[in-house]
Amino acid sequence: MNVLLDHFPEFRDGFIGTVSITAVSSVIALVLGVLVAGFRVSPVPPLRFFGTLWVNLLRNTPLTLLFLVSFFVVPEIFFPGMSPFVLGALALGFYTSAFVAEAVRSGISTVPLGQAEAARSLGMTFSQTLRMIVLPQATRTVLPPLSSIFIALTKNSAIAGAFSVTELFGWTTLMSEQGYAIGPIFVWVAAAYLVVTFSISGIFRVLERRMEVAR
Amino acid sequence: MSGVSVTKGSKDAVPAAGDLVVLSNVNKHFGALHVLQDIDLTIARGEVVVVIGPSGSGKSTLCRTINRLETIDSGTITIDDRPLPQEGKELARLRADVGMVFQSFNLFAHKTVLENVMLGQVKVRRTEKKAAETKARALLDRVGVGTQADKYPAQLSGGQQQRVAIARALAMDPKVMLFDEPTSALDPEMINEVLEVMQQLARDGMTMVVVTHEMGFARSAANRVVFMADGKIVEQATPEEFFSNPRSDRAKDFLSKILHH
Repeated sequence: MNVLLDHFPEFRDGFIGTVSITAVSSVIALVLGVLVAGFRVSPVPPLRFFGTLWVNLLRNTPLTLLFLVSFFVVPEIFFPGMSPFVLGALALGFYTSAFVAEAVRSGISTVPLGQAEAARSLGMTFSQTLRMIVLPQATRTVLPPLSSIFIALTKNSAIAGAFSVTELFGWTTLMSEQGYAIGPIFVWVAAAYLVVTFSISGIFRVLERRMEVAR
Repeated sequence: MSGVSVTKGSKDAVPAAGDLVVLSNVNKHFGALHVLQDIDLTIARGEVVVVIGPSGSGKSTLCRTINRLETIDSGTITIDDRPLPQEGKELARLRADVGMVFQSFNLFAHKTVLENVMLGQVKVRRTEKKAAETKARALLDRVGVGTQADKYPAQLSGGQQQRVAIARALAMDPKVMLFDEPTSALDPEMINEVLEVMQQLARDGMTMVVVTHEMGFARSAANRVVFMADGKIVEQATPEEFFSNPRSDRAKDFLSKILHH
């Protein structure tokens, strides 16, 4: 019990850290994921190839390895002096974007082909067709898998703790080093993660319900 | 047969000079199936061409190649003397001038009827929203679904949906309209309301290519009937000639099966 009360400021900072890295990498994953899904269904072969490469490379690499690359290779070669938070968010966001892309692509294929054909025969370009006709109709089917993906992302953010990003899981190491019993530490951390993940499922449930009435 | 009897309007009028759509020596395969075999077809400005034939004869595919929803393996297709470009911006521009009406309507399910008719004008033609709405409402009135403007497509009957789809295509001021079996997915009592809209269009001088099984429409509105079988154009004639005195055995056989019952 003491461990939370004694070190509440650190716990709070960790919680805020987890929430912020989850939020930032979710945005990165969502933007990149939708873009890459668009590439994967594009009529331009090089874009399709790039999309496939992106998904297969990032989806099949262990996340820890991506973190290693992000923290030790990226600063050396490209941008020195980026904060651990940014590097961590990039690694997480890029990794998750591959899963988002595949979820979005599966949603795209549930939209009847006739919808895209009608849009194209009106003279809409590929990207207009995707943005205005196909993606809005794919959204509802994509929401349930996206919700799982973002919950997984939340839990994956714990790896960032090992790379000196202030977040929840880092707090466990900090506390156990100070000699607190590991059991209560884990209980509090688990509770905090549950708050985040339940919030995510709640948000998605609301979105799903709203999409339902939209038609 | 739907039994639409409307006086032949543009039929006796000579179509305005000039060929609008020209297909020459077009071939297409679906795997081993040779769906289009050496197709030569010229459609003049203002002409109404009805394509008929048994299922699987390639008539829908023919219709879809004209705006390149289906690519072709060899041959050329020109619209207004311009060959069909490759997929991209230029093709999109050309498609805006070619109206298409599908068997399954394909109205945008997440947009209202009004938005369906406005979308192309606003996003492709860059028409101002106000002007686009005025035009959309006028077109919806013209096809008789003006009161449904704020509903979603799923709330409309099939006949109403297809009329909205025609209005959506007309909103782009197309040079030619393609109809790919526009009444085949409709309940019998809704076929006429769609055919009447198409009759009116034909009378107003729109260039039309219509793939259909509606022989009544072919008789009353077509300038020319194109009969296809097994991927080939077997016969082309005026409706009178074709229905009263078909030359080919294939056409005789087809007509005997559909006309006498």
